[in-house]
Amino acid sequence: MTDRVRVALTVNGERVDAEVEPRQNLVDFLREELQLTGSHVGCEHGVCGACTVRVDGTIVRGCLMLAVQCDGASVESIEGLSDSGDIADLQAAFCERNALQCGFCTPGVLLTAQELLMRSDGAPSRDQIREHLSGNYCRCTGYQAIVDAIEAVALARQGPAR
Amino acid sequence: MKITPDVAPSVSALDRPNSYIGRSVPRPNLARLTQGRAQYVSDITLPRMAHVVFVRSPHAHARISNIETTAAKQAEGVIAVVTGAELAKVMTPWVGVLTHLKGIKSAPQYPIAVERACWQGEAVCAVVARTRALAEDACELIEVTYEQLTPVTDAETALDPATQVIHPDLGDNLTFERKHEAGAPDQGFAQADAIVETTFRFGRHTGVTNEPRATVADWNPGEQRLTVYQGTQAPHMMQNLFAKHLGLEEHQVRVLTKDVGGSFGIKVHTYADEMATVALAKLLRRPIKFVADRLESFVTDIHARDHRVKAKIGVTRDGTITAFEIDDLTGIGPYSVYPRTSGIEANQVVNLVGGPYLCPNYRARARVVFQNKNVMCQYRAVGHPIATSVTEGLVELAAAQIGMDPLELRRRNLIPDDAYPATGASGIKFEALSHHACLAHIDSMMNYAGLRAEQARLRERSVRRGIGFASFIEVTNPSAAFYGVGGARIAAQDGATVRLDATGALFCATGVTEQGQGTEAVIAQCVATAFGVPLERVRVLTGDTDNVPYGGGTWASRAAGIGGEAAWQAGKSLRANVLTAAASILQADPSKLDISNGVIVDADSGRERIGLDEVARIVYFRPDTLPPGFQAEMVATRHYVPRGYPFAFTNGIQASYLEVDTDTGFIKLLKHWCVEDCGTVINPQLVDEQIRGGIVQGIGAALFEHCVYDERGQLLNGTMADYLVPMAPEMPDIEVSHVVTPTADSELGAKGAGEAGTAGASGAIMNAVNDALRPLGAAPITEIPMTPDVVLRALNKI
Repeated sequence: MTDRVRVALTVNGERVDAEVEPRQNLVDFLREELQLTGSHVGCEHGVCGACTVRVDGTIVRGCLMLAVQCDGASVESIEGLSDSGDIADLQAAFCERNALQCGFCTPGVLLTAQELLMRSDGAPSRDQIREHLSGNYCRCTGYQAIVDAIEAVALARQGPAR
Repeated sequence: MKITPDVAPSVSALDRPNSYIGRSVPRPNLARLTQGRAQYVSDITLPRMAHVVFVRSPHAHARISNIETTAAKQAEGVIAVVTGAELAKVMTPWVGVLTHLKGIKSAPQYPIAVERACWQGEAVCAVVARTRALAEDACELIEVTYEQLTPVTDAETALDPATQVIHPDLGDNLTFERKHEAGAPDQGFAQADAIVETTFRFGRHTGVTNEPRATVADWNPGEQRLTVYQGTQAPHMMQNLFAKHLGLEEHQVRVLTKDVGGSFGIKVHTYADEMATVALAKLLRRPIKFVADRLESFVTDIHARDHRVKAKIGVTRDGTITAFEIDDLTGIGPYSVYPRTSGIEANQVVNLVGGPYLCPNYRARARVVFQNKNVMCQYRAVGHPIATSVTEGLVELAAAQIGMDPLELRRRNLIPDDAYPATGASGIKFEALSHHACLAHIDSMMNYAGLRAEQARLRERSVRRGIGFASFIEVTNPSAAFYGVGGARIAAQDGATVRLDATGALFCATGVTEQGQGTEAVIAQCVATAFGVPLERVRVLTGDTDNVPYGGGTWASRAAGIGGEAAWQAGKSLRANVLTAAASILQADPSKLDISNGVIVDADSGRERIGLDEVARIVYFRPDTLPPGFQAEMVATRHYVPRGYPFAFTNGIQASYLEVDTDTGFIKLLKHWCVEDCGTVINPQLVDEQIRGGIVQGIGAALFEHCVYDERGQLLNGTMADYLVPMAPEMPDIEVSHVVTPTADSELGAKGAGEAGTAGASGAIMNAVNDALRPLGAAPITEIPMTPDVVLRALNKI
């Protein structure tokens, strides 16, 4: 087997030094080595989006990126985004609108939604929200509640004077 | 803001200060799910835990001549390599039959194949290692020698004398057959002015739960106890089965179900690899974890549907349906799945076809056959999408044939709302349904006349839009008639235990489980309302066979209707106990007291007398101050099972509005509506989201999902890149509304709502596509999924 490789990275603002197998993907590293189980493994081939995490500010599939590629990077997972309060409004809207049932896809959906809202100039339309979620599989909700919750937050973040 | 507003309680008798029945209160367990702080089985790690990975048969049917394990046993991190023959010494095989499905037969199934693999994906050897990756490495070192056998793959020829019999001991490949005849079908067809006869085909599809199946089994020889953490819908059923097949007493087994990443009927069955995981824990005396990967899921999670239904309807010129006839054939893989059997779906199809209608003349035959493909079994809305698509497809084809509006034809044939109780042609009993009210409601809700005008306008510009409907019935709140009478130890009743804690808060343990549908919220609503406390004062425990009343779990839309009623009754019972204790403390008449907002009050005036915290303090810490001989009881348990009817049927109607691109064959869903009647609505938001999620699962079946097998029994599209599921951009917004006809079988009057969406969606969409293409002279489409290929063939373009 290939030798382990030393990596140093930041995970949710904490410095992490680890020796990883070159074949280990990022989401397995987070879940198995760091016990950050909020990122989920759904398909392991980049379709379902349950493993979505942020690397250096951009969302990636945790199953399509290797841990060794994250040497020197800043990785953020649902645990970090929850603790920072950055997505507290999205989380509250998801609860209020019941935009999740089993919740397995939810961390990935929240990270994806946050990216859309941060990049959008003005509130995105429902079609734009649906399009941006095209890589996040949810079997439970049928998506409408998710779109409703994200739309509500998008409008709220525009401020009250609209 | 698009947040759904609260609606007023629908049940006025329950309109007390803490009435949460009929209110869209948020689920108590959501925040942690949004924060990544859930605990799914795939998240669980135990000390000394090892991981199992299975070597799986690449062939659909093959004799296993030899398994060479030497190299694998010496590989890094490997703890054990175990074959089927070795594991058969630890766990006994099972046979998936039930006595009430007359004549159903199946063969013994082992946790790991012994001597012969019967479908592509069946486990033939287990490797247990320190990590999953190391176990997968070692699997590569195992050499299995197979002698390929002829696979039986085509259900149509499975019963031909020339076809190989998969299990020679059974004599043939017929699993189960049911015939039914009611009224005078031949006479009915003779009276018809028009007869439509066609064949409907339903693709095989599967559940694709976002979290794959997962089990962590921990055998502790010191305690002689097995603890199984399992993502399941039926913990007590699994407790029984683990004990039975490991030779343990039930009390030696504890099943724990915390968060489950989606179920939909996928996680209510016995899976050989999960049974093997539990047996390996016993054999190796340490915790063993199994999590299916997605590729394994596609070839081992139960598949469903895959029916071919020859069907016929007779109708008179004035729109009276005179007869229905069906001949259903379904191939279910090499084994009938244990313990619920793979005969139930076909049985349901026979029960449900024609169900919404008055027509008494009905002939049906259903045959279930073995084949060398992955096993099939009950999946969300068992049989309903088949029966509804067939019935409603026939109805709309008949309407077109006699030139009658499809809603009008339904108006003339749906069982009248004032004709209940009624019995369907298949013998099913209806307590009270509301087909006509639902139809009238959807007519106005969708502005049917307006849509028809829009459709006609756009047709002039060659824009092909279609409107389709599906009236449906749904089986919910099952009594023992579903499984118990057939000999399965699957609880029909369910229980709830409610306890007043020492600070005056309530705790409720329930036998029904949380799969994400909102069980914890619904149970808390029932308890809080019955007892009289704010909702946040109720904590709910589910999914622990050591600590919840014996129950059936979550399936057949039973959690709210059965589990909710048990919780309601338990709340009422504890309330009476607490009032007795309070009366004793206050030296008052308990009938003159009430509980409101967590405070004991005078029933008449509402004057506050004593807080629940104070009652609890006295009862628990100063019982010496209570009158001599008085013993307070601060725990109450109640159970409930429906007794008036075998099932609480619900009903409703769905409508689809869509546009077909006749050049590409793509179907764009524009809007979908559903009006349904699940009786008392305990939590409108949760019910609506069950309907929406269910509809989207039906949309997946209608347009995308299909397990495609070749003639050798190889699954050709077993990845999420190849097997298409509904994703956000293609899904329409869905409007949901309700007609409320409570069941008198329970005090709450709630029926189930988990399957109505899936029951009707594919039929409505099929009808809408045919409505769009009919003016072009297209052949009616009677198969799903309706891929672009199917649409273009109907248009004779390819």
